Amino acid sequence: MSEFLSTISEYWTVFRPWLGAALSMLGGFLALVGAIGVLRFPDFYTRLHAASVTDTGAALVLIVGMCLLSPSGLVFVKILAIGIFLFLTAPSAAHAIANAAHTAKLEPVTGRFGSPGENVEEHGG
Amino acid sequence: MIGASVLFLCLGTALILIRALSGPTLYDRVLAVNSVGTKIVLLLGVLGFFMERPDFLDIAILYALINFVATIAVLKFFRYRSFQVTLVRRDAGDAGGR
Repeated sequence: MSEFLSTISEYWTVFRPWLGAALSMLGGFLALVGAIGVLRFPDFYTRLHAASVTDTGAALVLIVGMCLLSPSGLVFVKILAIGIFLFLTAPSAAHAIANAAHTAKLEPVTGRFGSPGENVEEHGG
Repeated sequence: MIGASVLFLCLGTALILIRALSGPTLYDRVLAVNSVGTKIVLLLGVLGFFMERPDFLDIAILYALINFVATIAVLKFFRYRSFQVTLVRRDAGDAGGR
C-alpha cells in the first residue's frame, strides 16, 4: 500500500507541470474564443453573454493550471487570492453592466438574424 | 505550452480592444474594458510563469481590484452623471432615487 502511494506521488511529481501547462493553454484558448465572440456577435446582450461566461470559465481553468504550476506556497496563495477575487467580481460586474444597459432601455435585437437596417451595425454578413 | 497561453491571451486582448474602440454603444465599451482588464490580470499571472519569475502576482491582484472598482464607478457616473450620489435605496418603489 505504501509502495503504491509512493508510486502515485512520483507520477504526480512528474505530471504536475505538464497538467498545469495544458490547463493554462486550455484557459488561454477559452479566452481567445470569448474574445472572438465579443467581436463577432451582433447584439450587446449576446456580447455580454460571451464575455462574462468565457471570462469566468477561462479564469477558473487558468487559475487551476497556475496553481498546479506554482513552485512555492506563497505563489499558490497569491494565485488563489486572485482566483477567489475574480470569481466574486467578474459575475457581479457583468450583472452591473447588464442592469445599467437594461435601465437605460437598450433594446436587444430580436427576430431571426435581427431586423435588417435597424439596431444592427454592419458586420459584413 | 505556456507560451501558447500567452499568445492566446494577447490575441484575445487585441480582438476585444477592437470591440472597445468600435463599440456602437457605451455599454459595449464598458464591457470590453472590463473584459480586457480580466484578461490582463490572467496574462500577468501566466507571464510570470512564462518568464520563470512569478513576481508579478502582486500587480495582478492590484489590477483586479482596480478593474472592478473602475467598472462600477464608470457605470455609476454614466447613470447619475455624478460620483456623489449615494447608492442607498431610499424607498422600495423608487428604483435608485431617480
